[in-house]
Amino acid sequence: MANQEEMEQLVRREYKQGFVTDIESDTVLPGLNEEVIRFISAKKEEPQWMLDWRLAAFEQWKQMEEPQWAHVHYPAIDFQAISYYSAPKSSDDKPKSLDEVDPKLLETYEKLGIPLHERAALAGVAMDMVFDSVSVTTTFKEKLGEAGVIFCSISEAIREYPDLVRQYLGSVVPVTDNFYAALNCAVFSDGSFVYVPKGVKCPMELSTYFRINAANTGQFERTLIICAEGAQVSYLEGCTAPMRDENQLHAAVVELVALEDANIKYSTVQNWYPGDEEGKGGIYNFVTKRGECRGDNSKISWTQVETGSAVTWKYPSCVLKGKNSVGEFYSVAVTNNMQQADTGTKMIHIGEGSRSTIISKGISAGRSDQSYRGLVKVLPSAKGARNFTQCDSLLIGDQCGAHTFPYQEIANSTAQIEHEATTSKIGEDQLFYCRQRGIAEEDAVNMIVNGFCKDVFKELPMEFAVEAEALLSVSLEGAVG
Amino acid sequence: MLEVKDLRVSVEGKEILKGLNLTINAGEVHAIMGPNGAGKSTLSAIIAGREGYEITGGSITYLGQDLLEMDIEERAREGLLLGFQYPVEIPGVKNVYLLKAALNAKRKHLGLPEIEAPEFMKLVREKLAFMKMDNSFLHRSVNEGFSGGEKKRNEILQMLILEPKLALLDEIDSGLDIDALKIVSHGVNSLRDAGRSIVMVTHYQRLLDYIVPDHIHVLSDGKIIKSGDKSLALALEERGYDWVIEEAAQ
Repeated sequence: MANQEEMEQLVRREYKQGFVTDIESDTVLPGLNEEVIRFISAKKEEPQWMLDWRLAAFEQWKQMEEPQWAHVHYPAIDFQAISYYSAPKSSDDKPKSLDEVDPKLLETYEKLGIPLHERAALAGVAMDMVFDSVSVTTTFKEKLGEAGVIFCSISEAIREYPDLVRQYLGSVVPVTDNFYAALNCAVFSDGSFVYVPKGVKCPMELSTYFRINAANTGQFERTLIICAEGAQVSYLEGCTAPMRDENQLHAAVVELVALEDANIKYSTVQNWYPGDEEGKGGIYNFVTKRGECRGDNSKISWTQVETGSAVTWKYPSCVLKGKNSVGEFYSVAVTNNMQQADTGTKMIHIGEGSRSTIISKGISAGRSDQSYRGLVKVLPSAKGARNFTQCDSLLIGDQCGAHTFPYQEIANSTAQIEHEATTSKIGEDQLFYCRQRGIAEEDAVNMIVNGFCKDVFKELPMEFAVEAEALLSVSLEGAVG
Repeated sequence: MLEVKDLRVSVEGKEILKGLNLTINAGEVHAIMGPNGAGKSTLSAIIAGREGYEITGGSITYLGQDLLEMDIEERAREGLLLGFQYPVEIPGVKNVYLLKAALNAKRKHLGLPEIEAPEFMKLVREKLAFMKMDNSFLHRSVNEGFSGGEKKRNEILQMLILEPKLALLDEIDSGLDIDALKIVSHGVNSLRDAGRSIVMVTHYQRLLDYIVPDHIHVLSDGKIIKSGDKSLALALEERGYDWVIEEAAQ
């Protein structure tokens, strides 16, 4: 990523000009009704069609029931007790400098090796006091503009590129897909929009981190990425540092569309607050992520490293419509203490010769509980479809749980499906072997865990991979002994 | 170097070692032989610090220190190396990475800086060649998919790089064909030194043709019941263990 350096130079520069915000500081009262949705839409200055879409989704949502099939347990959520719109906090409310930030958080950043200027931004120190985000964004936008790539917030896209948004929004994840997706449709706060035009290879990795106001996408994030014929993009979501967030419920929707010969790589590092050792106060992360390989020879690849949240419910999936289209899912999920995760993927083979690969690595420690849930579905049309699934679980200690729920629905006899699964306990033998070579126990655990995850880490963009390794060791601190 | 005095060890209430005595001086090579279930592997596990054993009596002194008070990794960094009978596989962790981490852990303990990459690679390549191992070994996952012989050679490779003061080799000859046995023995013999002690635990006399010990001990029913020089091994090979056990009972 050649532009990373450039970007860093920019952010290192001294503060030059003010960053102007004109956001009113208002938050709606808890509760969800039509008025609230009208309010959200008005705040965002949305066109009528968008409001209508939200209202229709809300009507649908009211008819739906919260899913109960996931292998997770949490107290019932009172959807009327949640506030669905809060304006970004003004700088006055935020810490003015790192001196005002919780030292424990800073300690974690230190361990992760996060650069100083980023630490401040992550800890919620007012951005305009940290670095000149305007010029960063401007340079960034210019470069993308030259290539014809659109990268902006979804709110901006709704105003600026309504035709594109109308064409694709909800076309991969229908409004009625599931309870949380419908909720998101009604009240989504903000998120990213990416459009890479025909034949263009996006000149840089796109990262939410560099998108202005990314810190304020709120609890109902909405992302839409479209790659036109022959286009390519790599998108990085999230951050290895623990994000502070006041919102307990997160229900995002991410939609990817790959047209003919297009290639989308979507990488996520999720490290939201998992709650304390008893699991109190952590974030509930109920996400719907789906990509559609609409064109022939298109490819969508999901790579995720999940270490955060108290409860996770997430299945990044691929609908392989195009002939010879390719879907990939590489996942490392770590749960410690009282965390629960029910995560996996769905690969829906529709196109002839479509192929998919699923590599899932689950690591459970403490008293956590983790499930892999995956569906491989081959429709009658998907002649010669192929899937390879490998899902491995690693247990650390004897109080955690790992479960595997693989589903296969194969309706074409020419399909080739392979499934491999292992569950292993982090070997006393492996630990003893490493320690007998003089390697400290914590280092040995890291070494073994990183080795276990190697197949996934090698799919991550370089700089993410290094951070992911560090993240794993922080997440598993104290898991052994 | 190592002094084991009246060592008593139990596993789940069953006594395995019943008052074992053993003295190893610097520069010596010892072989411990004995029938199955005599406690040979328990002894090497206890010396290395493996958990899951109850030490009910006795003491072990290593280089003047109370060995039983030391952590597993501390013992290793002080120069105690166990060559495993069944080296474990660690998927995804490259051999070269384990070697470097182990060497640096030891160097750190000795107050030395981490080894520079070129120096390390030079050292490793030299030792690989000595063990007749291909450079590709370095980039394979630790012991994963290795044949029995490759695993044992890998143990000796680690030993050549870590240069222990006391090497405990647990059934290092098991699963080796004659060519591999020669290479492994050659590696071990190259480490014979006035400042280093080697203890081999083995079933077979065959190994002792290649690595000739100064002392041989017979371990039976949790005790050393007979010690002697290398001629004892031949007698054991010819007559088995029964006569030693009977002799000891009288």
